Amino acid sequence: MNNFMSDFFGDWHALVVLLLAGVIPNQIWRMLGLWLGGGLDEGSDLLVWVKAVATAILAGVIAEILVHPPGALASVPGFLRYGALVVGFIVFMLTRRSIFAGVVSGEVFMLAGKWWLG
Amino acid sequence: MSAVRSTILSAVLFVTYIGIGALAHDTHFSLAWALLATLLVWAGPAQIILISTLASGASVVQSAIAVTVSAIRLFPMVVAVLPMMRTPETKRRQLVLVAHFTAVTLWVECYRFLPHVPRDRRIAFVHGLGSGLVLIGLVATVIGYELAANLTQTLGAAILLLTPLSFLFSTARNSRELADVLALGLGLAFYPLASLLDSGLDILISGVAAGTIAFAVHKWREGP
Repeated sequence: MNNFMSDFFGDWHALVVLLLAGVIPNQIWRMLGLWLGGGLDEGSDLLVWVKAVATAILAGVIAEILVHPPGALASVPGFLRYGALVVGFIVFMLTRRSIFAGVVSGEVFMLAGKWWLG
Repeated sequence: MSAVRSTILSAVLFVTYIGIGALAHDTHFSLAWALLATLLVWAGPAQIILISTLASGASVVQSAIAVTVSAIRLFPMVVAVLPMMRTPETKRRQLVLVAHFTAVTLWVECYRFLPHVPRDRRIAFVHGLGSGLVLIGLVATVIGYELAANLTQTLGAAILLLTPLSFLFSTARNSRELADVLALGLGLAFYPLASLLDSGLDILISGVAAGTIAFAVHKWREGP
């Protein structure tokens, strides 16, 4: 029981880090939107720039997972990881932007390549 | 709940959180940590940035900066969503939970569903929709975490690959403006360059540079 609980919660330090590095820096923008919202124009330059930076940061995260793969993904050779993204993207475009078709074909490419390599 | 069932985006959400659960497992976070993150952060990109920066040895401050920059996009979303359900009698504290639920999935679905909901019932509707989506996220976090713990290495890798694929395609689908498309493409291309700097803020550096160039091109195309 004790063992299960400590596995489940992990250490308290990590939970404090979650609050300081994750919850607060994230929620602050929602609450600012709630308190200050109303007087802002959605098409204003500042918001267009913020949206572009946020999109580019997300793109950076996608690239980071492929360039410095975590855990089990590190067992997949680089050309299969990048290839999965490229193949998935081509299928995504060919299927008139079907997220499902893109994800499935990227996964199939990676698994087929892994199987072929043995 | 029927509203939740019928959305394609909830499938993307499900897949994203399976990936997040698996990522949390493979970077040695506890299941409770992963579930609390889903419940309290409730933003896929922020959670992935938090997990991957902390796992790669960034300090709390460096992680917090990367997370907060990624979360700035929630600000315009909240600003856009709240007027759809506000009435003259609405108090600000009634909208706190709506603001918390606001993320890309809810934001898109509000535009789709709210026109069919009477204005005085919209807050209740969004509370239901938001809770349903969070529940999907929590279940998927557990499934992804347990799958990563129990699957073979190849299938574990397949689960982790879900995150970059689903993020890329759902972002590409939502990128209608030139500035967004450019930001996405340049952001992908710049990260490998920025990571050569090995500064601990690689994602921030490539993101601000790529986003600013995308914005500049957008302004230049618009004319003076």
